[in-house]
Amino acid sequence: MNMNYNLQSSNLKASNIPGNASAKEGVKRFGDKRISDILVESRKTNVRRQRIQEFIIEKLLFVGGLAAIVFIALIFIFLFKEGIKAFFLIKPLEFIGTHILDFDDNRVFACMWQPVGESGKYSIIPLIIGSFLVALPATLISTILGVGCGIYLAEIATAKIREGVKPAIELLAGIPTVVIGFLCLTILATYVQNSFHTTFRLNAFVGAIGVSMVIIPVIASITDDALRAVPGELREASYGLGATKWETIWKVVVPAGISGVTASIILGMGRALGETMIVVMATGNAALVTGNVFSSVRTMTATIAAELGAVPQGGSQYCALFLVGSILFFITFVLNLVAEMIISRMRKKLRL
Amino acid sequence: MIIKKRKIFNAFFQGLCFGMAFFVISVLIAILVRVFFGGAGVITPGFLLKKPIEGMTAGGIFPAIFGTICITVLMIIMAIPAGIAAAIYLTEYTGKEFLGRVIRASINNLAGVPSIVFGLFGVGFFILFVGRGVDRIMGFSLAFGQPVMLWAAATLALLVLPVIIVTTEEALNSVPVSLREAAFALGATKWQVVRNVVLPQARSGILTGAILSISRGAGETAPILFTGCAYFLPRLPVFTIPYVHIPVINPLDQFMCLSYHIFIMATQSTNIEATRPIQYGTTLVLIGLTFLLNLSVIIFRIYFRKRQR
Repeated sequence: MNMNYNLQSSNLKASNIPGNASAKEGVKRFGDKRISDILVESRKTNVRRQRIQEFIIEKLLFVGGLAAIVFIALIFIFLFKEGIKAFFLIKPLEFIGTHILDFDDNRVFACMWQPVGESGKYSIIPLIIGSFLVALPATLISTILGVGCGIYLAEIATAKIREGVKPAIELLAGIPTVVIGFLCLTILATYVQNSFHTTFRLNAFVGAIGVSMVIIPVIASITDDALRAVPGELREASYGLGATKWETIWKVVVPAGISGVTASIILGMGRALGETMIVVMATGNAALVTGNVFSSVRTMTATIAAELGAVPQGGSQYCALFLVGSILFFITFVLNLVAEMIISRMRKKLRL
Repeated sequence: MIIKKRKIFNAFFQGLCFGMAFFVISVLIAILVRVFFGGAGVITPGFLLKKPIEGMTAGGIFPAIFGTICITVLMIIMAIPAGIAAAIYLTEYTGKEFLGRVIRASINNLAGVPSIVFGLFGVGFFILFVGRGVDRIMGFSLAFGQPVMLWAAATLALLVLPVIIVTTEEALNSVPVSLREAAFALGATKWQVVRNVVLPQARSGILTGAILSISRGAGETAPILFTGCAYFLPRLPVFTIPYVHIPVINPLDQFMCLSYHIFIMATQSTNIEATRPIQYGTTLVLIGLTFLLNLSVIIFRIYFRKRQR
């Protein structure tokens, strides 16, 4: 401030300013105001302007931050709004199953998803079974491979190898799911059929392998982070007691980081349930109630993807699809919440 | 004897973990090699620059490439400002307070929402609620209230928002606190510190997040299935400004997209077996695009880390 004053006053030669009667009195003036007053005033308006600017910017940034909350809420509202309508258009019991006539004209209770036609059947049981029939084997496969990769990255690999391997695993996560689905459809399905002699070429197992390609990187990367957060003293103590490297990993490091590993598996499962393009291309899309992983299934995601494009808006099938979407959203929401709680608890524990 | 057994165990399980990592990497390489050799044969300038002909059994995929670029550009325009603003707000303005925790939790949940649910939301909110609402207010018959590129881009923007926020937040957090303190000590206001000190330092990290989200958005299919993607479109989604004749992207038109093109060609086209080479070619273009983006992120990161050291 002081420097500013000097600079300006030297530029404004006092005697050059018209109407400057008191130039000789030693007080520098501009017009009839003292220069120091002008500067103080402009400084004041500057500060005020700056404060307003700061305030506006903070509010703008706040709006950006709020967007995440707003959109999560909107997703909730708009999914459930359309989904709830389904209960008014379709009897609630029909979401479990309906009575149909079998071949011998007996009335039997069956769970079927056949939304097209006069009397659409909207049992969501086969869809939920289908989703889990893909997600559970996928989670199993990718837990084994993902945790193995995570242990290798965190504990076994040297720093140099790690720097190469970790990005490669991330690259696997970067492959578009439609590409993986395409390769499952064209190549993997044939391999699986030839080696397991399955009746259906496209089945839940093919989809599960495809989906595990997507969630292995998730599990590997979070497991790696969790194990690396385990303090080194634990390892040193274990080595000091004469344990081998594997014993240290398996009996000390993994139990210490188990919450992170669990969280990664839950997150992976959420991903597996929500995966769309792979299952729509590779699981055959037949809504069957079955426990056989080698049969064709139809998942919740695949049902939405295959049917929403062709239904009239506001109809009972349209609302039923939104209901399926709401259920899916609810399941993944709960899984994410659980995983997040586990992770935050782990963070707290490790900080202590 | 026991020691020998333990040593064998040790070697075996360490080898097993190595084997698993090796297996996963080789799967990645196998995918890339398979797609490369399947698609390299059909990639010609004509394939990249021409329209599909004869019911999509021949010709090129230019409209799909163009559509992918258009939608990615629109998505980035929508997602980047909001994402960066949210990240700045989270790191610089509200730390571990209640609001910050709620925002973080919703970002995490947004990241975990299945992509098909975003598609449903795009239909229910963007097209039917916002689009139809705008039509009604403005008196259009049907301009916004249908599946168009604008809504597809908005849906994708929502999908990549958590990616941008999380990577930007990481970048901002990696700027040393001492720099901020020095700036504050000189009398700078909060926004001056953010704009002149923190953002320039975090620039490359933010760029990384942007590239990552582009690659994610370009490869995603499920959210755009019902929000504006077209099976086949004879024209490009472009409109020319009258008098000056400058072509610009028309966000109120449908578009073709690489990922959707692969999906539709592989499952619902008229002659699936005969168009296999085209499918592989399209896959190679898409994988090439996303792979190069991802690779550039990785190289960028390594380079940046070295410079920081």
